[in-house]
Amino acid sequence: MAWWKVGLGIWLTVVIVVALSFPIVEYPKHWYEFPIIPGLEDRARIIFFHVPAAWTTVVAFLVSLWYGARYLATKDPEADNKSSMSAGLGFTFAILATISGSIWAKFNWGSFWNWDPRETSIFMLLLIYGAYFALRSSIEVEDRRARLSSVYAIIAGLTVPFFIFIMPRVMTGLHPGSKGDVQGAGPVVQFRMAPNMLVVFFAALLGFTVLYVWLFSLSVRTSRVEAILRRRNHKVG
Amino acid sequence: MLGVFWKDVRSELRTRYALNALIMFVVTTLSIILFSMAGETVGIDVLAGILWVVIFFSAMSGLSRTFVNEEERGTVMTLHLLTTPSAVFFGKLLVNLVLVLFLNVLIVVLYLLLINGFVVQSYDVFVLTLLLGSFGLASAATIIAAIVAKAHTKGTLYPVLSFPILLPLLMTVMNGTKLATAGASIAEAGGEFRILISYAVVVTSASYLLFDFVWKD
Repeated sequence: MAWWKVGLGIWLTVVIVVALSFPIVEYPKHWYEFPIIPGLEDRARIIFFHVPAAWTTVVAFLVSLWYGARYLATKDPEADNKSSMSAGLGFTFAILATISGSIWAKFNWGSFWNWDPRETSIFMLLLIYGAYFALRSSIEVEDRRARLSSVYAIIAGLTVPFFIFIMPRVMTGLHPGSKGDVQGAGPVVQFRMAPNMLVVFFAALLGFTVLYVWLFSLSVRTSRVEAILRRRNHKVG
Repeated sequence: MLGVFWKDVRSELRTRYALNALIMFVVTTLSIILFSMAGETVGIDVLAGILWVVIFFSAMSGLSRTFVNEEERGTVMTLHLLTTPSAVFFGKLLVNLVLVLFLNVLIVVLYLLLINGFVVQSYDVFVLTLLLGSFGLASAATIIAAIVAKAHTKGTLYPVLSFPILLPLLMTVMNGTKLATAGASIAEAGGEFRILISYAVVVTSASYLLFDFVWKD
């Protein structure tokens, strides 16, 4: 096992322990105390898990898009394989972000689903991933499948910015940082986060990203082995 | 490009296959809505949304024909030999655009006549929303039709693939229609128009760049 995998395990454990155990108090005096955020209180802790999961979803989608474009340029089947593996991981993280956010929304906003702009965007990402897999499974010829799904991913990817970056700013929403939020509605989400929270937040972000990279390389190698085995069975059988 | 366009228009006028089916589809959908709303008063915002539901599904039932037809008749090869991909793409885009515009005019006229609660206050905003929405709808529908034509389950896959791509467009046009029924001025709906224009431009240019990969087999 490589050193960075052990490191990642320790890193994420520390992040989880810190994120869950540090007390949230009104007037933080020590470095290990998070300041209270009105309206969020203890529920603010979700930012250490939910936001990195959503972030990883977007990263995975962009990687999938990148390898889709690579495939169109090079016709390398490996690139298509990577594209679809990254999409699979992105889908998993999207489900995680959706479920965690939805449970949280029940306790903070009163219902599991409110059609807030960001909820709409993640819903659309889920739909795109679903459509992408539906398209992949309905084409049997390999290079045709690779080509068409790459094209679809690129076109779908181009419509994503309309959601993720325009809609939450244009429409009023429930998420912290969107238009209508009292804490300021700049074009970019202005985190009024305490420095120690920021450190934990970015640590979680980094941890999730490295976790994604690991999972990605793992699933790409697994699928490569599977392809070899399939070919070998073909020859025997 | 115009050659491809006129070929499709002529063959359509000869058989009237898509047109008849589409008109019947619109009539059926609208009568279902009328039956379900008989004796009820429905809010105008809901009616503005339903209008686009009708437009979306009518478009989904008709627009894939442009490419699926070629695939089913086995005329893809001929088109490959005779014209360039970009001519095919823009020809088909034009056909779809004309079809969508025709469809939308039909739906909107029937909708305004049949649905009592639906009153448009500012027609300029309404018409502009409809026009820009049609451009976006046609451009997204064309490239998805080209993709779907190569897949196995064409009929079901088409709305599945189109919906996520059209969602930003649909939300914007629904908003625009609501603004039109509320009597907003052109300037007030400017944000909507800007989103619609950029959407149509982005999708059309991306489709044009990527069409080669879909078309060449």
